[in-house]
Formats: sequence, structure tokens, C-alpha cells
Amino acid sequence: MMGAKRKWDVKKLGPLIGLFLLCIVLSILSDDFLTMDNWLNLLRQVSINALIAFGMTFVILTGGIDLSVGSVLALSSAITAGMMAQGVNGFVAIFVGLLAGAAMGVLNGVLVTKGKVAPFIATLATMTAFRGLTLVYTDGRPITGFASDDILFQMMGRGYFFGIPVPIILMLTVYIALYVVLKKTTFGRHTYAIGGNEEASRLSGLRVDRLKIYVYALTGALSALAGLILTSRLNSAQPTAGTAYELDAIAAVVLGGTSLSGGRGWIFGTLVGALIIGVLNNGLNLLNVSSFYQQVIKGAVILLAVLLDRRKEV
Amino acid sequence: MRPLIDMRSIQKSFGANIVLNGVDFEVLPGEVHALMGENGAGKSTLIKVLTGIYERDGGTIVVNGREVHYRHPKEAERDGIVVIHQELNVIPTLTVAENIFLGREPKIGRTGVIRYKEMEQQAASYLRRLGMDLDPRELAGRLSVGKQQMIEIARAISTNAKCLIMDEPTAALTEREIQALFSVIRTLKQQGVAVVYISHRMEEIFTICDRISVLRDGQFIGTKRVKETNFDEIVQMMVGRQIGERFPKRRVTIGEERLRVERLTKKGLFENVSFSVRAGEVLGVAGLMGSGRTEIMEAIFGARPFDEGDIYIDGRPVRIRSPRQAVEHGIAMITEDRKQKGLILEMSVHENLTLPKLEQLATAGFIQSSKERDVVLTYIHLLNIKASSPDLPVKALSGGNQQKVVFGKWLAMNPRILILDEPTRGVDVGAKKEIYEVINELAAQGAAIIMISSELPEVLGMSDRVMVVHEGKVQAILENDGLDQETIMRAATGGNR
Repeated sequence: MMGAKRKWDVKKLGPLIGLFLLCIVLSILSDDFLTMDNWLNLLRQVSINALIAFGMTFVILTGGIDLSVGSVLALSSAITAGMMAQGVNGFVAIFVGLLAGAAMGVLNGVLVTKGKVAPFIATLATMTAFRGLTLVYTDGRPITGFASDDILFQMMGRGYFFGIPVPIILMLTVYIALYVVLKKTTFGRHTYAIGGNEEASRLSGLRVDRLKIYVYALTGALSALAGLILTSRLNSAQPTAGTAYELDAIAAVVLGGTSLSGGRGWIFGTLVGALIIGVLNNGLNLLNVSSFYQQVIKGAVILLAVLLDRRKEV
Repeated sequence: MRPLIDMRSIQKSFGANIVLNGVDFEVLPGEVHALMGENGAGKSTLIKVLTGIYERDGGTIVVNGREVHYRHPKEAERDGIVVIHQELNVIPTLTVAENIFLGREPKIGRTGVIRYKEMEQQAASYLRRLGMDLDPRELAGRLSVGKQQMIEIARAISTNAKCLIMDEPTAALTEREIQALFSVIRTLKQQGVAVVYISHRMEEIFTICDRISVLRDGQFIGTKRVKETNFDEIVQMMVGRQIGERFPKRRVTIGEERLRVERLTKKGLFENVSFSVRAGEVLGVAGLMGSGRTEIMEAIFGARPFDEGDIYIDGRPVRIRSPRQAVEHGIAMITEDRKQKGLILEMSVHENLTLPKLEQLATAGFIQSSKERDVVLTYIHLLNIKASSPDLPVKALSGGNQQKVVFGKWLAMNPRILILDEPTRGVDVGAKKEIYEVINELAAQGAAIIMISSELPEVLGMSDRVMVVHEGKVQAILENDGLDQETIMRAATGGNR
């Protein structure tokens, strides 16, 4: 039994070791890699994917998947930007944007639980529909020049707090909160239980449908938060923002060692997974690798990580 | 007669854990040989060593007079040793004939085009030879578990199997299917095929087997001829001590009516089901598999909708639409299929034990780990759950201990009404008795207990009254006073009481 436990710990450390190796290699190859400026920049870029991936971790733990995160990001950003362009106060607009993201998540959750649509199909459909709604709402054009005087909104993407960019602080705060939720609360325990065996959970008296709806709502809200950071940084809401973000989020979750079949995984792994993807993007840019090759290398790294993970399970 | 399989002084350990210590096991052609022992005694390890899933540390295995070292079950199959697992390997979307010939289809030359007519004729001839009533063109998925099992047996025989190893073959079968299986086993015997029969069901073993070998804690205890032994001797060999009464005595005063069900109906499944259970009473529920007995209880537990009928708890009408509401009314249900419906296998013993009452162990959503720990340790101790640590995944436990975890999970909420569906399936003799004692203890504390069971001795040994379900209707409710198995069986098959 001790042996089994130790083996499990090593398995858990895998992604972290991978991240360190990657950092060591990049710091040898590039002088700019290990600088403070580069890391603050890197982490700020990572925060957007990490926030989405945190939500995705919950969805995947319940045995589901959410493909609509990128479209939720775009639509909620457009809603916030549109409100601010019409002179609505930044705080209210941010709040409504987050609420809109959560509401879109609720719709996903209801389709999955009450409508009994497979999560892949349900969120594939809403991904398309939300993107369409974004294009309708924005008329296919970016919304710009709306928040030049709103400090709160500007802070979200561009601000600093004790010298640390606000997006990084948001990412770490959400991380700590969700870590505690998964580890210490009934909500977290029930999330694992439902992913481990939905039928047994239902028969144990858990509110399976309600919890799943909450989980999709959480993912929607976090996607909206990521969208607000992005919009604030660019000072514009792009109708095509967040396209294919679901793939990076799923990759981060999987790199972190969470099982796509549900019930097994952890959010620390997702943070590490998001960092691996971020470090890789950043390093390859520093090394002036063409963006075409970058995709090939990213794909290869994901494949390698998953293959290594498989070997350990045998 | 030269043994078909002769295993001598088999040794196997995992790390410091010795799981097989000098085990001898011999199978003669044409015999049905039961392999018995409590869960964890080493039965499945022995079979895995035989078929090459595990490598043996010591000892010899001789098959057909030749020493063998299989490295893969495929090699054992080449020598005619085929294992039929509890989880069947039948592809539901293929026909019976396609399943039997899977991977060995007769083809036209080397084209890959299957000669369907020939394949179906050959399949039909195998099925006939085994006395199986199956259409080769039927889709396997449309058949009952019992018939799917027949497909596997036919497949094994079509590859010239000399020895079938059957692991709990009757666990999911109806009484009629069990009889059909036994007649197939008898046909196999006549054709010189040996069967190794692994089961916890004593009655079956004494009906169908010729010899019994018993393992205990990885040791070989002995082999007995069925004709020269009896139930008590085998149990004593298995547990290493006298187990005493098979069903513990119970002294309970039966109290007020706890649960009353009136005219419960779900079209096509059950109709007009009325019965009641009182505090401290054990109501046994007998009936063939597929009679609707499980569905009725699932409906009461809110896990399945029903069309009409009323449920009263303590005389008051209640509406139960989900298991959650049932739990709130103090109803617990221990389901038949603990792996699919009872446990979360990946989670630990401790997490499983507290799942239904986690919210009561939490403040504002935060689990109070010290409170949780107390509950966990209490029930591990109370039920004598054998796990090296509460944090061990529940899938690492033996069947009996898994079932105790399922019990513990529900006991922790102090149920007032406890529904048990096959509470001792796949549980060994020692753990069975412990489970019976828990049931009696709960009844003594005033719970009303409904116990569905396919094992009639268990129904007779445990119940105050017996309700017999036949084709979705209550055929009879009998006082357990001089009641015998035949009376129950007659009602269960639709006869009058």
C-alpha cells in the first residue's frame, strides 16, 4: 500500500517536473527567458487560459466538457464593452458581463442535465450559437474606445497591484479559492463523486443535476472574467476573440493529469498545465520560432505528456 | 485417470505479501470442480497464475502431461483452458454466430469476405450439441445475460476447450437460467470437458460439482468429494473455525407500521403493489429476476418514476420523487450492483462512507475533517471493515468489505427504513454472517427492513414475513412460520400459495 501511494505521488509530480525541465532548457537557450519582465508578461498571458482552464477542470471532473468557453468569452466581453460604450458605469458593466457568462454556463448545464444532451454536443451547439450572437450584437465589428476614463475596467487587464499585474493576482486568487473548494468543501467532494460514478452519487442523495449546472455556470463566469481581462488589455472587444481557446484550456487540464473520463484530477495540475503551455509559447517566441512550427511543437508536447502519463498507468 | 491440469506447490507473492503458499490444485477431465474460499483467499490469483496473467514464483503446472509456463491467457486457450469471466465478453451489436466466430470467421479464400451461411450452420451445430436454445442470427444484445453466457460457452467449445473456468457464473442469472446452465454443464461433462466452478453459493456447488477444493489465506486446505462432505465441513475449511448458526438469531419486538405502499403501479413493470413493513421487522422479498421486485423498490426510493399509487411513512402520505427526498424521509437503499450503483470505486473508503451525509458534517459548505474522521472510524470499527487505511481506494477492497462500506455509508444516516437488494451477493461466508448481524442490529434499533434476495435460504433465515413477486404483482405475502423453499418457489413461478 505504501508503494502504491508513493507511485501516485510521483505521477502527480510529473507535470511539475516537465515544467521545470522546460524552463531549464529555455533559460539556457535564451538570455531573456529568466528575466522578471518576461515572467510578468508570461504570467499575464497565462492568466487568461488558466482562468478558463480552472473552470474546465471542474467540468471535466464531472465527466463533461465545455467547448463553448471561447464563445462565452467573446459574447460576455461584447456585452460589457457595449454597455460601457453607451456610458454605463464600469462596475455595473463588469458585473453584468460576469453574470452573462454564468447565465450562458447555466444554459449549458441545463442542456446537459435536463435536456440529457451529451456535453460535447450541447456545448458544440452553444459554441456556434454564442459566437453567432456575438457577431449579431457587434455587427461583426470590434467595439473600441469605450473605457478611456474607467479606472476599474482599465485595471483588470492593464493595472498593477504592488508591482504585480492585476490579471496575475486575479488568476492566483481564483486558483486559491477553487483549490480550497475542491479540497475542503462538500461542493468539491460532490464534484469528484459525480465524475467517479454519477448513478451511485444520485442514489446517495446528491443533487447531481444542480451541481452540474453550477459547475457549467462557474466555467461560464470564469470565461467571462478571462474575456474582461483580454478586452481591458486590448481596449477593444473583438467579435472573434477567444476562438479556439477551449482547446488550450482542455490541453492545460489534460497536461495537468486530470482524467477526461471524470472523477480523477486536481486543479494544481491545471495551473501547471497552463504554465507549460504559456512557457512554451513564450519560449518559442523568444527563440524566434515561426508560429507555424510553434503549433507543431505544442501539439507534440501535449502528445508526449499524455503518452508518458499512459505508460505510468500500466 | 491422468489429470487435465495438475498444479503443485504453487507459490506467489506480491512484495512481502504472500498470496499463494504451496497450493495444489488438480482438475480431471469431465469433472466439475468447485474452487472455494473467502474473498482474498487466493482463488482468482490461482486462476491468474494458471492462465499466465501472473508469473508463478514457485511450483509446477502440468497440463496434459506437459509442464507449461504460459505468458498470456491466449497460450492457455491454445491448450484448451478458457476462462469465462463474470463480466461477459459479448459484443451486443453482433449476432450470436458472429460472436461465436469472432476473429475466426470462415472466409472465402483470403478475401476477408465472410461465408455467413457456413458460419451460421456451424454455430447452429455447436448450439445444438450443447443443448442451447439460441438462434445464431439473433443479435447478442437482445438476449438475456444467461443466454449471452451461453454464447461464451459455445465460443469456448468451438475452439476445442477442454477446461472451462467459470467465475461466479450464476451471479446475474435467474433461477430458470441457472437450471439451463446446469444442464449445459452436464452435457459438457459427458463430452469430457472439465469445469472449474468458482462461486460462493453453497447450494449450487452441492448440486452441480463433483469435488471441492478450498483455499484459505493463500493456503491449500484440502479437496473433498461432494458426496463425502457437507455444508458445515466446507464452511469450517473456508473460515478455519466453526461459524455456528448460519443465520444469527434475533429477538426483536415488532412495533408500529413504518412504511405502507398502496396500489403502486408502473405500466409494464409492476402493478397494484400493496404491502407494509413495521418497525423492527424484516420483510423478505422473493421472486425471479425480472419479476419487478427491484423496480418496485427503486420506485419507492425515488430512483424510478411510477404512474399511480401512494406511499405512507408512519401513517402519513409522502411524495418521493428523487433518492434525495427518500434520504430526507429516512429511507436508505443498498443496491444490488455495488460497483455500478453503490460505490464510487476511485474514491477512498472514507470518502464513500460519508457521501450521503456529507452536508451534515459540513459548516457553510466546508467539511469538518475531524467530525468526518470520527464518523469514518466509528463505522470502520462497527462493521469490522478490513482496510489498511481509510484513505485506500474502495476498489482495492474485497467484495465483502466493499459491501460493508456500502452498509456503513447508509448506516451513518440512521435509516428508519432500509431497503436491501441482494445484500450478500458476491460476499463470502464469514462476511455474510457479519452482514446478517448488522441487519438484525438495525431491526433491533427499530428500523423497518425490506430485503430482496435470490437466495431462498437467506430469505427464510432472515425474514419475519416473505413477499413473493411474480410478473410485477404481489403473488403472496407469507408469514415465515414453518415456511419452506418450495412454497416460495411455487408462488415465485406463478403458482398459488
